[in-house]
Amino acid sequence: MSTATLSHTQAITAPGARRRRRPHLPGQKPFGLLRVTAFVVLALLAIGWLLPFLWAIATAFKTETDAASGDPSWIGATGPTVEAFTAILSQGNVYTWAFNSLWTSAAITLITLAISALAAYAFSRMDFTGRKWLFVVVIASIIVPPQVLIIPLFYQMLTFNMIDTHWGLILPQVVAPAMVFILKRFFDAIPIELEDAARVDGASRFRIFWSIVLPLSRPILASVAIFVFIGAWNNFLWPFLVINDTTLMTLPVGLQTVISAYGVQYAQVMAQAVLAALPLIIVFIIFQKQIVKGVATSGFGGQ
Amino acid sequence: MTTSATASGAATRTIVTGSAASAVPARRAGSRNREQLISWAFLAPFLIAFALFLVWPIVHGIYLSFTDQSLTGAGGSFVGFANYGEALTDPVMWQSMWNTVWFTLLSTVPLVVIALLMAALVDRGLPGQWLWRLSFFMPYLLASTVISQIWVWIFNPQIGAANNILKALGLEPLAWLQNPDTNMLSIVIATVWWTVGFNFLLYLAAMQNIPPQQYEAASLDGAGPWRQFWSITLPQLGPATVLILILQILASLKLFDQAYQMLGGVASDTTRSIVQYIYEAGFVNYRFGYSAAISYVFFALIVIIGVAQALVSRRRKEL
Repeated sequence: MSTATLSHTQAITAPGARRRRRPHLPGQKPFGLLRVTAFVVLALLAIGWLLPFLWAIATAFKTETDAASGDPSWIGATGPTVEAFTAILSQGNVYTWAFNSLWTSAAITLITLAISALAAYAFSRMDFTGRKWLFVVVIASIIVPPQVLIIPLFYQMLTFNMIDTHWGLILPQVVAPAMVFILKRFFDAIPIELEDAARVDGASRFRIFWSIVLPLSRPILASVAIFVFIGAWNNFLWPFLVINDTTLMTLPVGLQTVISAYGVQYAQVMAQAVLAALPLIIVFIIFQKQIVKGVATSGFGGQ
Repeated sequence: MTTSATASGAATRTIVTGSAASAVPARRAGSRNREQLISWAFLAPFLIAFALFLVWPIVHGIYLSFTDQSLTGAGGSFVGFANYGEALTDPVMWQSMWNTVWFTLLSTVPLVVIALLMAALVDRGLPGQWLWRLSFFMPYLLASTVISQIWVWIFNPQIGAANNILKALGLEPLAWLQNPDTNMLSIVIATVWWTVGFNFLLYLAAMQNIPPQQYEAASLDGAGPWRQFWSITLPQLGPATVLILILQILASLKLFDQAYQMLGGVASDTTRSIVQYIYEAGFVNYRFGYSAAISYVFFALIVIIGVAQALVSRRRKEL
């Protein structure tokens, strides 16, 4: 029963979940010239895309002298070392920044998801005056670039006394009209009969939302959550403006401030880049399917 | 099983309550009011945040753009259209606007074409799907800080990998980010590497939505993979391409993070984007009113592009 419902709603592009396509079609040689060429081009592109990161990793494992020598070999003359990593990790701020990033991104994700899902449900299922025009206003606001609002938002945070606080960083980031749109479209596709049944049995609107709609929407909620989280984790401009206190900074902003302090210590700079990249790469490897789907749905939802 | 039983039971009961409600209009009006109340309760958290952090800043920003408000708290008196007049005659504003448009033009074509090429190759079903997706999409997951650090190092004129490659190819080394003629190009290269994975996934999703039966039928008719791509895949990518183009243009116009960081926060006349100028006017020169005015000039550009795009896609639908 519920499987049927899910397959219907999951029709929204899920590239990761798809079966492998036509490895052996009639009349297609498994090692045809075109197939081999395609493989070679693909491999070259992949190498090109991995190289910058591999260079960064290689440099992170060199001594500062080797890193600055300009010697292009993968392993430095003095052999591999973790010096750069220990130097970075011995500075306490990295842990603080990682923790700040983790908790503010988690808070942004949770609040965004909660308020967007509630609103999307109202837009999808409820009958209230002004529903249509209100939805149009919310959708139209998708076009407003957050960068345009930095001046009035900063001014607002000044009056709210929220400069240099994590709430000042979090709150302006929880408004995501595009997510309301994506969730509404998903809720629209859930058969109303499922809710009618519970409604007649006397369940409240919130109960229906909580115990019927949300569980059915798990795949889309995961996609939206991962996507909001990545955006929040990597956001630079707003945290850069609103946080000046070193101990309150997020990872991207904090790391940016110490680049000049390191000067030309390339091994340390690269070690820092590798460390900062690691959490999201692990997240990607674990949640690859949901992330791929999240890009597809949020992209097609109009970002 | 249980759900379907409840559903059929519910259907009958819905009819009963339905007729009862129409028989008693007063009760129906009461339940409608209740529905209204519950709706607004569901909407309230989002709407409060929406009003506070989106609608109000837009309105307040317009007000600020007509004042000489400073970040230091000084000023704040009404100056009419002075800020807009200054913005429209400010050569730095126009240069930043041009840099932004130039970056958008330079970056959009490779970001769409390379993404299409990647998706078309991965969609062939070659072994190693997981690895291809990871390689192409992984950079997109990195913070602008991280990619800036990596590319500043690659573009280092003395020890960077970019010049090593040029030397290996027998070409003259470049100063990359240090040279005003090549610094925007350097930022474009880094940006293509960084964000092409997003477009790649959008294209891949669109390609994988094409029913495999179409390929099977074409294959039985003797169409090779090349022919299949031109006659089946490409024609069905129209809507995806329009979407990717729109998203890409809007994203490229917001250039700031990587351009700012790759140049170490130094303002360069050839890379300063409009968002960077908004930042500089507001947070370096403390001129909030003027910065707000530039923000709205930029917003006007975005709206014009958005409206143009809506008109074009409506036209496409009508045709």
